[in-house]
Amino acid sequence: MPDTPTILYCRCAYAQVVPAGVKNEVLGKLCESAASFETVSDLCEMAAHRDPRLQAIASCSHLRIAACYPRAVHGLFQQAGSPLPENAEILNMRTQTAAEITDALLKS
Amino acid sequence: MITHTHRPLRVILYEGTGSIALPAESRAKVMMALLDKGYAVTRSGQGASAVPHDDRSLLVLGAFEGKAPTLEDATGQITIDTRDITGLAPDAIVSLVEKTRGDKPMNEPGKWKPWFPVIDYTRCTNCMQCLSFCLFDVYGVSEDNKIQVQNNDNCKTNCPACSRVCPEVAIMFPKYQGSPINGDEVNENEAKREKIKVDISSLLGGDIYSTLKDRSSAFKSRFSKERSSDKALDERKKCLTKLVGDGFIPADVLASLPSTEEILKKAEVAKAKAAAALAAQ
Repeated sequence: MPDTPTILYCRCAYAQVVPAGVKNEVLGKLCESAASFETVSDLCEMAAHRDPRLQAIASCSHLRIAACYPRAVHGLFQQAGSPLPENAEILNMRTQTAAEITDALLKS
Repeated sequence: MITHTHRPLRVILYEGTGSIALPAESRAKVMMALLDKGYAVTRSGQGASAVPHDDRSLLVLGAFEGKAPTLEDATGQITIDTRDITGLAPDAIVSLVEKTRGDKPMNEPGKWKPWFPVIDYTRCTNCMQCLSFCLFDVYGVSEDNKIQVQNNDNCKTNCPACSRVCPEVAIMFPKYQGSPINGDEVNENEAKREKIKVDISSLLGGDIYSTLKDRSSAFKSRFSKERSSDKALDERKKCLTKLVGDGFIPADVLASLPSTEEILKKAEVAKAKAAAALAAQ
């Protein structure tokens, strides 16, 4: 299924700037769904280390990412040498509700 | 740049054919606990594509009812371990993962804060003010003469001062609380106010590089008279003091600043780097 989106969830575990209630609820809803999804401990930490996994993530043609501000997420991937595709959808757990985010992540 | 990437395992929570799905609550508890310990976890269910694999070992967890399959990578490059988690409570599953990892080192949350600047190249004009301003050599110039973050591990935790002096609001610190330094969209009216603030502060380098850009020798001559190194140092001190007073630079960062001689030397090096990069454009 080439157009099936890849869902990525960032836990922001290294600094806790994402509200705990929102990130727990988003992960909870993903776990309640039948969907496959990827989770990482902290995209900032991975970018700081230029983790090669960022390149694997950026290579996905249809990405939906639950993390923080889209400008920051794009910048992190670019700075790590793995720019995101332009059509990557980024949901912001610092400003959006968990319901908005999970709806957008899981929509078909 | 920090290069010590310790992430020995990619954990797969397998709930496909041959494995019984965990209750949603247990699944969430396991994933939260593993993520908070620094693991990357894939939930393999239905309806979404997986990220291609990298070179880490795989640990496949599944409720295989005592019949965990033996798996082998067709390319022979990756080790795949399988573990049966039938009947295990979330805590026991996390312990099983930790035991499987053994003493292999892994980056863990809580021991370090990923604090470093991220440049928004859609806004950056390559003016080099950040290169001039940062005293810790975080910034450098790429082979194609573009400003870039080269030594993010030199950055002082919780100090976003360079983002404050960027005239284009192009520097973000994603772990910062306030907008737009945290990566929030930039309100252009606020951005204009930021520019004015920077000009008033007479930051070191504030007009150095625009001078270099127009390459006017007459202006350069005037500049060199007006901007003696002592005056530049005074301006930097004033600016730093203001930024500390405004709560933008932690006091411990100010206390760790290099000596006056080193600051002047760094300023010269930065100026030369920026001049070379801008002249080559």
